[in-house]
Amino acid sequence: MGLQFLHNLSLGFGVAFQWLNLFYCLMGVLLGTLIGVLPGIGPVATIAMLLPVTFSLSPTAALIMLAGIYYGAQYGGSTTSILINIPGEASSVVTCLDGYQMARKGRAGPALATAAIGSFFAGCVSTVILAMFAPPLAGIALKFGPAEYFSLMVFGLAAAVVLAHGSLLKAIAMVLLGLLLGLVGTDTTSGTMRFTFGIFELADGVGFVGVAMGLFGIAEIVANLEIKERREVFTSKVGRLMPSKEDFRRMWRPILRGTALGAGLGILPGGGPLLASFGAYALEKKVSRYGHEFGQGAIEGVAAPEAANNAGAQTSFIPLLTLGIPSNVVMALMIGAMMIQGIIPGPKVMTEKPDLFWGLIASMWIGNAMLVVLNLPLIGIWIRLLTVPYRFLYPSILVFMAIGVYSLSNSPFDVLLMAVFGILGHIFVKLECEPAPLILGLILGPMMEENLRRALLLSRGDPIILLTKPISAGFLVAAIILLGIVLAPAIRRKREEVFVED
Amino acid sequence: MIKIKSPKDFWAGLMFIAFGLFFVIGARNYNLGTAARMGPAYFPTILGGLMAVIGGIVFFRSFVAKGGKVSPIPLRLFFFITLSLLLFGYLLEPIGLVLALALLIVVSAFAGHEFGLREVLLLSVLLIILSVLVFAKGLGLPFPLWPKFLG
Repeated sequence: MGLQFLHNLSLGFGVAFQWLNLFYCLMGVLLGTLIGVLPGIGPVATIAMLLPVTFSLSPTAALIMLAGIYYGAQYGGSTTSILINIPGEASSVVTCLDGYQMARKGRAGPALATAAIGSFFAGCVSTVILAMFAPPLAGIALKFGPAEYFSLMVFGLAAAVVLAHGSLLKAIAMVLLGLLLGLVGTDTTSGTMRFTFGIFELADGVGFVGVAMGLFGIAEIVANLEIKERREVFTSKVGRLMPSKEDFRRMWRPILRGTALGAGLGILPGGGPLLASFGAYALEKKVSRYGHEFGQGAIEGVAAPEAANNAGAQTSFIPLLTLGIPSNVVMALMIGAMMIQGIIPGPKVMTEKPDLFWGLIASMWIGNAMLVVLNLPLIGIWIRLLTVPYRFLYPSILVFMAIGVYSLSNSPFDVLLMAVFGILGHIFVKLECEPAPLILGLILGPMMEENLRRALLLSRGDPIILLTKPISAGFLVAAIILLGIVLAPAIRRKREEVFVED
Repeated sequence: MIKIKSPKDFWAGLMFIAFGLFFVIGARNYNLGTAARMGPAYFPTILGGLMAVIGGIVFFRSFVAKGGKVSPIPLRLFFFITLSLLLFGYLLEPIGLVLALALLIVVSAFAGHEFGLREVLLLSVLLIILSVLVFAKGLGLPFPLWPKFLG
């Protein structure tokens, strides 16, 4: 692989270093951080909001920019966690624990720098992992038939369900609701309009951008408005950024461990940054000599989860780019973006569009470097942003979302869809039904039906084909084991403990 | 008398049953087909049925296992947010970006805890200038800027 690997990398960097692509990578990172730093807005909402901006770009530039938005938003989220103790999303919850304590002790600067250094290191390592593991995996995936694909999707959804907060049954129901919503529109095989009720705009299906923006953007705004503002920002006390020698001595091991764990967990379907950061924090608390300081501002408690969630964020691109299966909501949005650009995600992307594939991977490294170089000096601006009262922020966010979603097809329908799903999203959260599995289902619905249809056509209607093909059977058994494990009482209790923190 | 122990599960269960049945019944208008040749109704019927069953379990569980209360839905908030979005969406074409944005911002501002007219107007002016520059001029989105009857 040696020479081929170098060839691929040089192709990738050739693409990523083109001026325009560098520019879009920079814009993505900047915009992602800018929106991601706003309190209560996580990467999912950020990407959903900025998605329309990328529609007019070429596929490569669009994906590079979206990836930049993604890690920019993630990084912005950790800034918010450290400075005001409001996690943008579940995966930065653990950063709040020790990061905010460090800020209260006047060590916000080193905490922010540690997060940046940890993220950068993890990003570099996992980009290499991505570049090494993607080709062989895609090779395997090319041999998959419809039965294997169907079972793989079942496995992916099972994993997503297991990782959802709260009740397992409700999470399964949310996946089913997503799959069903995904079926709305024109049936590809028969041409029948399904569940469109004569609404012309539904012929192409329920637009996932509007749904995602409603579920994660509008619902989030309403949730934030429901609680009164009470924020304490450590603006004046950021102080010097540079961690001390002692800090460096204490952070490098947690960063290494966090990177390794995060990269591993990120590859799993259903994995990604959330599992990675929780796992890394728990692990570090156990193995660290300073375990007793955790929760009171231990630098390890920032370094490990920040490295892990960036590593996980990066490696979660592996199932997306090789199998065409999203492992979490962000990746589901990426798939949606690819499809809008006319790219069918899957193992063929690498061979048919090598410049896009390797360009994207190379740009991830560049984007991570930009994050460190830009964000540390720009930290003052991000902090300013945190002091803007929410009553100015939310109308601004609404403006960007409304314009973005309207521009999807230049029709009011997507705005209506966003408003409706905003209300639904709020009801879901009130009833403790997590909306993330719904988005995964929505994206996978049509693909699952298509593959099941083909698999059953080949077997003349006998569903046993899903079990007689070894790989397919393996995925299904793995899915059942996953669900079984979570239903086991001991793990169930542990899982509730882990998720109770947010 | 039977008592609901978990209102959240009670309503969630009902919601899933309703959605499930909606798709199962809706699918009856389409061709079911056979397993080997799945018609457009086949997959939705299976999924909808499964969902209704799960909804049923969640529903009945709400009488057994204890769970949280449902806090009231902030109707006032949703009224203003939804109204502002729909006004923007449906009026953008006839009245143009500038006025549609002004409506969006002012109406949505009523959802906040405090409303200062001067503040809101200032914010509107800023956001409108920014949006026109970025979206209409910069990204070249084909929005009319001013009302039709003026242009």
